[in-house]
Amino acid sequence: MTTDTTATTPVAAPTASAPTGLIGIPAHLGRALATGGSVLAVVSTFLAWTWTDEFPGDLTFYGYPGGLQVLVLVGGLLATLFGLASYGVKGLGWLTPAGADAALKYAVLGTFATAWYTVLAISFQLGGLVNLEPGGYLVAAATLIALLGALALPFDRPEPDPIDPDETGWERFKHEAGHGWATFRAAFASGSPRPVRTLPSYVEILIIVGILALGLIVFTYGIGTEYDELFVGFLITAGFGFSALNRAGLIAHASQISARHTNITVCGAFIAAACFPFTQTDDQYATLGVYILIFATVALGLNIVVGLAGLLDLGYVAFLGVGAYAAALVSGSPSSPFGVHFPFWAAVLVGAVASLIFGVLIGAPTLRLRGDYLAIVTLGFGEIFRIAVNNTDGTSGPDITNGSNGIASIPDLNIFGFDFGIQHDIAGFTIGRFANYFFLMLLITAVVVLVFRRSGDSRIGRAWVAIREDETAALAMGINGFRVKLIAFAVGATLAGLAGTVQAHVTYTVTPEQYLFAGTTPPNSAFLLAAVVLGGMGTIAGPLIGAALLFLIPNKLQFLGDFQLLAFGLALVLLMRFRPEGLIPNRRRQLEFHEEADAPTVLSKTGA
Amino acid sequence: MTTDTTTKDTTAGAPAPGDTVLDARGVTMRFGGLTAVRDVDLTVRSGEIVGLIGPNGAGKTTFFNCLTGLYIPTEGEVRYKDKVLPPKPFKVTAAGIARTFQNIRLFSNMTVLENVLVGRHTRTKEGFWSAVLRGPGFHRAEAASRTRAMELLEFVGLAEKADHLSRNLPYGEQRKLEIARALASDPGLLLLDEPTAGMNPQETRAAEELIFAIRDQGTAVLVIEHDMRFIFNLCDRVAVLVQGQKLIEGDPATVQGDERVIAAYIGEPMENDPGAAEAAEVEAAEAAAEAAAEAEAATDAAPGKENDR
Repeated sequence: MTTDTTATTPVAAPTASAPTGLIGIPAHLGRALATGGSVLAVVSTFLAWTWTDEFPGDLTFYGYPGGLQVLVLVGGLLATLFGLASYGVKGLGWLTPAGADAALKYAVLGTFATAWYTVLAISFQLGGLVNLEPGGYLVAAATLIALLGALALPFDRPEPDPIDPDETGWERFKHEAGHGWATFRAAFASGSPRPVRTLPSYVEILIIVGILALGLIVFTYGIGTEYDELFVGFLITAGFGFSALNRAGLIAHASQISARHTNITVCGAFIAAACFPFTQTDDQYATLGVYILIFATVALGLNIVVGLAGLLDLGYVAFLGVGAYAAALVSGSPSSPFGVHFPFWAAVLVGAVASLIFGVLIGAPTLRLRGDYLAIVTLGFGEIFRIAVNNTDGTSGPDITNGSNGIASIPDLNIFGFDFGIQHDIAGFTIGRFANYFFLMLLITAVVVLVFRRSGDSRIGRAWVAIREDETAALAMGINGFRVKLIAFAVGATLAGLAGTVQAHVTYTVTPEQYLFAGTTPPNSAFLLAAVVLGGMGTIAGPLIGAALLFLIPNKLQFLGDFQLLAFGLALVLLMRFRPEGLIPNRRRQLEFHEEADAPTVLSKTGA
Repeated sequence: MTTDTTTKDTTAGAPAPGDTVLDARGVTMRFGGLTAVRDVDLTVRSGEIVGLIGPNGAGKTTFFNCLTGLYIPTEGEVRYKDKVLPPKPFKVTAAGIARTFQNIRLFSNMTVLENVLVGRHTRTKEGFWSAVLRGPGFHRAEAASRTRAMELLEFVGLAEKADHLSRNLPYGEQRKLEIARALASDPGLLLLDEPTAGMNPQETRAAEELIFAIRDQGTAVLVIEHDMRFIFNLCDRVAVLVQGQKLIEGDPATVQGDERVIAAYIGEPMENDPGAAEAAEVEAAEAAAEAAAEAEAATDAAPGKENDR
């Protein structure tokens, strides 16, 4: 035993001193292989990968990449750029402010994963490797070579812990496994990016516009993917591509630049979102767009309650339901017992006020509780809403909501003579029904974003954060905890109700089963909370991206079917293990979860 | 050097004690059968630094919590500037009593400036609507709050760290920040719960200076502390709390010389020495047990036995 330990230490010492890669290829050769392989992968996308058009996307053309080939092309180009930047090619330095190696690794890994996924999908679907054309073999080989080359790139290995001779075999195994994992992580780690230098403001604004345009393109591409394979490929490429950009330090630079022009960025983001319907030829994907927007807006409202004030609300979807029912009841629908038809502005007001009243009614007794108790009670109130709506059908209770049949055939909106139910032609673009509602919903989202940003950065927002951080100290600082929490709860409820009024019109029908705690279709309490947590608590972009992902993934991957919730749960567990602060972390949260990281001492804004 | 300043402060700089700021009368706090604080009277006048000392478990912090509204006294009442204090911590702060905590309770993920701005909460009125609509009043109030907060940070010497996260400050500066945050509510009385706990001598002296400076601005201060030298140096009046009751109150010299205070801190043998017999008994039993164990170890020399133990 003792001889073992003495024998291993001198072997370990030299590896720690000279940085090497994960596999034993010389570094300069590895770099050449990675870059060359990526170039080859780019070339191979212009060849045919299979002989038949039975595989979706028709990968049989020479000189014209289609479907998954486009994704490989994008990944390969990214990898090539990073590869050239890692050689220090002039003019590419701006691409990699935090070092090129880690970014190159991620880009190559993404290209490899997408290419091999495609090749395997072709082989399985068409029944064997014989269905591959030379291009298919070439891309598989090229990306594999690139991957091997990238893994050979040197990195700083972490020092192993000194070995304790008293350890049992199991403990030693654990330590070795831990060190192996740390080494593996170090292989993909990058340095901290150099600070971005100040550019003329018109250049910075152009950069922001470019970023937003890129975001719109990526989103439009994702929402428009026509078959499962393409969407999986899109997720792989987008995920690895984002990681690569992040490791390169470009994301950090982009956020620094956009932080200098927050108002322009936010306005630009809305303009970019408003451009979305114009990129569509029919209403098919605008439908998805408007549903995503409803989901995201409600998630953003929940973010005020959960992310800023730290109140865990598990029954939030009930407020969306209150808003939707209130709007449906005054919409002139034949199944509404009131038989009134309010104009839209009045319906919005009714929905928001009804939700506000509900929020205060539910909040007033429950907000005296803290933590887990609050979560359980809100969960209960969420269910009470659904059951109460189910029972007010005229037989079990008063006839208000038409019970489980819900309120059907809600008429389309008509604002100032603009009929939301029919197609309009604007500047040569055809804007269908769902696209109309998309614009309306975007307006509501803008309101929610405005409320979130402004209230977050004010006296009341600071009080929310203070309550979240330390309630006792906040009380001692003169903050009326109950009142401030009730405001957060009521504001959250009102915003959800606002979204609900539009939702009622978009979906034609409101039924109690749309407002569950957990279900398979997104706007429900569990998914809303998941969108907030997954995206990043306390941020604006976080819940929007989280909601988009949570809506698109089940919607696009039909083959998941019954395993959808299982996969969703698994993904959440993994995310909470490896990135508890969410995809778009709030700086504050990131520090909370990663104590060991060297914290940048300066932080500028509350909330967003 | 330090003594220079302190003597100067106590003689010249201190304004003469004026109106009564805090008036606690017959405060009693019972938890079930346990009486933590019994019939304590305490007054603090404006421009005065009053110390509250006592051994561990004497009820100092309980008394503090009665003053700040965290506890509602079972008997007695607490008046601040002739008004009975409301039984809610945030209303007490609004009335004009601010406090710090024994174990620092900053909002650790907020910046230094934001912490002080939270302290301004009771002195500003801007609600939710004003925050969303952002009228000119909002901007004015926000700017005024920021100016005041920066003044306070300047005052405690943290101005250049305004944008740092409060968790990243060193310990002594966190204490200072807590004081700045408490001062942000423009209090007439500042309650400090062990402000020098865990500080080194230099930091303690700096804290002393700071408290004198606060007093000179007209804010009365009530301090709980264990550090005797600190408290006798600092305070105009000292009250001693022992087992929930006020033992003595007076100027530092009187308290320092009082036999009962020394006895309470160091302890004295009780008159009949009631514990002696029991103590002897316990000692004897321990000795016997030890001897038995040794004997057992000697006879039972099985090799595994030693490892088991």
